[in-house]
Amino acid sequence: MRLLEYQAKSLFADYGIPIPKGLTSVDIEQGRKDAAVLGFPFVIKAQMAVGGRGKAGAIQKCQNADEFELKYPDIMQKVVKGEKTKAILLEKMADIKKELYLSLFLNRGKRCYTIIASGEGGVEIESVKNQIIHEVGLGNVDAKTAEEVGKQMGLKDKPLTQFIDILQKLAKITIEKEAELAEINPLAVLGDDSVVALDGKVIIDDNAMFRHDELRKFQEVSELEERAEKSGFSLVELDGNIAVVGNGAGLVMSTLDMLSDNGGKPACFLDVGGGATTETVYEALTLISKMKKVRGILVNLYGGIVKTTTVATAFIKAYDDKIIDLPVFARMSGAEADKSKEMLKGSRTKMFDTIEEAINAAVIEMNKNG
Amino acid sequence: MVDLFELLIGKEGDKDYKKKPVIVQGITGKFGAFHTQQMLAYGTNVVAGVTPGKGGQKHAGVPIYETMNEAVSATGAKISIIFVPAKFFLSAAVEALESGIKLLIAIPEHVPVKDALTIVDLAKKKDAIVVGPNTPGIIIPGIIKIGIMPASPFKEGRIAVISRSGTLMYEVSHNLSVANFGQSICFGIGGDPINGAPLIQAFDTIRNGANIDGIVVVGEIGGDAEEMLAQHIIDTKFDKPVVAYIAGRAAPKEKRMGHAGAIVYGNYGSAESKVSMYAKANVPVAKRPAEVPMLLAGKFEKGRIK
Repeated sequence: MRLLEYQAKSLFADYGIPIPKGLTSVDIEQGRKDAAVLGFPFVIKAQMAVGGRGKAGAIQKCQNADEFELKYPDIMQKVVKGEKTKAILLEKMADIKKELYLSLFLNRGKRCYTIIASGEGGVEIESVKNQIIHEVGLGNVDAKTAEEVGKQMGLKDKPLTQFIDILQKLAKITIEKEAELAEINPLAVLGDDSVVALDGKVIIDDNAMFRHDELRKFQEVSELEERAEKSGFSLVELDGNIAVVGNGAGLVMSTLDMLSDNGGKPACFLDVGGGATTETVYEALTLISKMKKVRGILVNLYGGIVKTTTVATAFIKAYDDKIIDLPVFARMSGAEADKSKEMLKGSRTKMFDTIEEAINAAVIEMNKNG
Repeated sequence: MVDLFELLIGKEGDKDYKKKPVIVQGITGKFGAFHTQQMLAYGTNVVAGVTPGKGGQKHAGVPIYETMNEAVSATGAKISIIFVPAKFFLSAAVEALESGIKLLIAIPEHVPVKDALTIVDLAKKKDAIVVGPNTPGIIIPGIIKIGIMPASPFKEGRIAVISRSGTLMYEVSHNLSVANFGQSICFGIGGDPINGAPLIQAFDTIRNGANIDGIVVVGEIGGDAEEMLAQHIIDTKFDKPVVAYIAGRAAPKEKRMGHAGAIVYGNYGSAESKVSMYAKANVPVAKRPAEVPMLLAGKFEKGRIK
């Protein structure tokens, strides 16, 4: 789960990491009240789970009430890289002397947490120069390590002291909240030599959420995603018109790749998990029926232990119950494939022996309908 | 480090050669119970199960114990497979490693990263191999199956398959079997961000196996395991044919694609990055699972001409 900037900053504040004064709203009425409390000038920041907001105009300075009336609605409507504005943070401007970069992340290759820091922040991590990289095991950062990192960044005196404190607190957040990433970029040294987190990005380990009820309030899932999760499925909604369903994340990703290679446009990634039963497939079809853009369904099931007839039963039931009336292009490997084909004769589900054939048929059919 | 093949097969003359005893943790759960029967049917020597509160009972003829300590002392098993829900994984895995288990197959999905890191640390101290979490397990066709994979895709042979994905491991192995490339071992490392045995370690535990003519690596987007493996292949001058597959080229960035580990941040974890590193290591990457045997055949062909 990726926290929005204001959510990450509220964690920072809880742990004593300094942040600028700011207020968050979801409509302009509240925004106006926030503006009055804060006082001009300030920065209007779109709250969305994506990088590159500044370049896209989703973060803008605001000098007075006239500007506010124009910019607030404009930023509220922004869509950056497919992500919509979820809320708006109004934040006091800071007198920045120097921008730094600081993050703690789960280093998968090394299987430990790792600090990345730089005396030159404020740009995306790929462009951060002079990166200082320091492995810290399960995430704990002692004062000595923090001081070393700060000195390597070129900090001294008051900013160094403050940095040491901030890094240790960021490490505490990472450990206690089970984050995969906790990033402050930029971390700014201000005119008075105080150090403040001007932005925040925190990604929490989804699998650890059962231990973090206190973070549930930040969780935002679409109705469909929530339903998918309840069934033990993984769902990612996409822009195309062919729903892609299969058992196993790798297999569904692979199907998505092949469909795209053939000019098809996936409407979703739906992994029903390793097994496949009549119930799971029926539930998957029910979910898909609620996605408006879907014109066809591509199914790739590696059966193995499962009989394909149990899956065929689900399709027939879904048509009978009028859950779906879409064409289905299915590849099901496993026992009793011939019997399944027989069962599905006359229905809108076509069964194929290979996924390549199923994809070809699906793409041709979608092109026919425009 | 412990030798994987010795653990799984043993040496000729061993009393339990090709019959290495296996313990099932969580044997009475729906999933554990079903797959215990499947493993027994394959010929795996499941000797004990553990479910607290059900000690003294039996499942499919297999005696159940209260604790791993009891199960291990009664059977001498060095291999265990865990089926408990993710929340209980940490304590089950600690119990297994503390009881002397040397090969732990961790089936559960949704294990928190922190718990996985804790087990990785403990396994190092205990000199044990942890496979998973979120793995289908390991199979040596014709000899032993410790996992949840169906038996049908696999055939005895001389190709090793290492996979980050379950069903893709079945799919690719099935394609290999049909093309007459049987498998000497299929090793599911798991779809999580933290693997007990990451790609490189899995590769190293099998690279010197007696029955391995070539290796197929089934990967996916996320992390940098494939990049590290490619560099490792170059550095260690591994000269047997290696062919790869990578799922997730068409996946959007910053979206978790089913597996906890399958997520791209910027260029970190992208398919392009993996393909270009593999190219440097002279490892061809298949566009689809069905292409894997063709690329492998091409590699063997080249080897013969050279």
